[in-house]
Amino acid sequence: MSEPTPTPSQTVGPFFHFALDYPGGPQLVPGHHPDAIALHGTVWDGSDAAVPDAVIEIWQTDAAGQVPRGLGSLDRDGITFTGFGRAATNRAGGYVFTTLRPGSGFVTLAVFARGLSHHLFTRAYLDPEADDRLLASLPDDRRGSLLATRETATSYRFDIRLQGERETVFLEYP
Amino acid sequence: MNAAAFAAQQQTNRPETDQRQILAEIREIETDAAALVAAGGSPEIHPRRDYPPYRSSLLRHPTHQLVRVDPEEIERHSPAFGHTDVDPLESDLTIQHTGEPIGERITVTGRVLDGEGRPVRHQLVELWQANSAGRYVHKRDQHPAPLDPNFTGVGRAITGDDGSYSFRTIKPGPYPWRNHTNAWRPAHIHFSLFGTEFTQRLVTQMYFPGDPLFALDPIYQSIADPAARERLVGSYDHDSSVPEQSLGYRWDIVLTGSRSTWLEPEDADE
Repeated sequence: MSEPTPTPSQTVGPFFHFALDYPGGPQLVPGHHPDAIALHGTVWDGSDAAVPDAVIEIWQTDAAGQVPRGLGSLDRDGITFTGFGRAATNRAGGYVFTTLRPGSGFVTLAVFARGLSHHLFTRAYLDPEADDRLLASLPDDRRGSLLATRETATSYRFDIRLQGERETVFLEYP
Repeated sequence: MNAAAFAAQQQTNRPETDQRQILAEIREIETDAAALVAAGGSPEIHPRRDYPPYRSSLLRHPTHQLVRVDPEEIERHSPAFGHTDVDPLESDLTIQHTGEPIGERITVTGRVLDGEGRPVRHQLVELWQANSAGRYVHKRDQHPAPLDPNFTGVGRAITGDDGSYSFRTIKPGPYPWRNHTNAWRPAHIHFSLFGTEFTQRLVTQMYFPGDPLFALDPIYQSIADPAARERLVGSYDHDSSVPEQSLGYRWDIVLTGSRSTWLEPEDADE
């Protein structure tokens, strides 16, 4: 038997909130967790308009750099760090996660939106000095799009630009 | 004029686009894609992110090439979901309210497989859809079709040992949208899938066989390869129809991300 052929993607469409939003989706850890950080930003389109109907997913290691294996991303117990979160953008195109600083140095994001027929992967690096193969491979004028801006000791900003001069670097895996 | 300015102009002062115009654009792209295949290229597996007949794509697709990168360890794993996340009853969309939803009762059953045909076991499948009148339970869906107080249209399941899933629901109706004048989406069910690697993440839509709107729909047609887009159409399966209860549809889903058997490159330590 030959290998099965992949199922194509389709847009998430405009009407996903009632299905994909869930309580605690953006809170990988509670905001009062002593090591909690905020990872937040705005999604922009090619005309610099905010995208109010995107949904962002993050997936990351724990603080020690280990791959989380625990269940409970949809029904959080407040204790287990599952490494997965989901946040829809608000009317201003913004999203906010509360999470832990990933031991690996980066958070992987998947971006879905109306008008986007196939989701986009990217990474937010929290340490601008990270010794990383991907960062090292990028031209200087594009590398910055993957660096989250440290605003305070516990808050990082990561805007996502779907199109345009400051377009985010999006990834494909071989 | 750059892409953004062009798109902005399209948005602000384009004349009402009709279906004929959209069809012409769809055909032009399909012809172009077929020529690429005839010249030895691979058929396009996924939709084009830059697909002008789907107007919302104009300002929402990247213009740079995606950057190819070897997945890191975290990306070669997937979030784990299971019995603590999903109640078995969530796969039945017909029992979420006190009354019976209106519409044609159906089951949608299938398997989630990876690119080598192996089952994706104990993984999350999420589904959402319009009701039988083509209306979503969503405040931004305001088209004049009735809501059904007995139907929300959201389901979840965890796949079995063989990668199988099964939902009981009602057949969604087609609905109008504002891509162009008299635009209608073919009836579809949205699916969200996780694989064994996060790189296999997939959000897609399942359609129903024989829908006359396929040829007219720029979202379905954004997959330029005809054989590829047909993989989104479930098949009627009489064996899974339940006498005097429901009609059965089957739809298998194949997830591919990075190479399933990933090997560290030899220069990984450099």
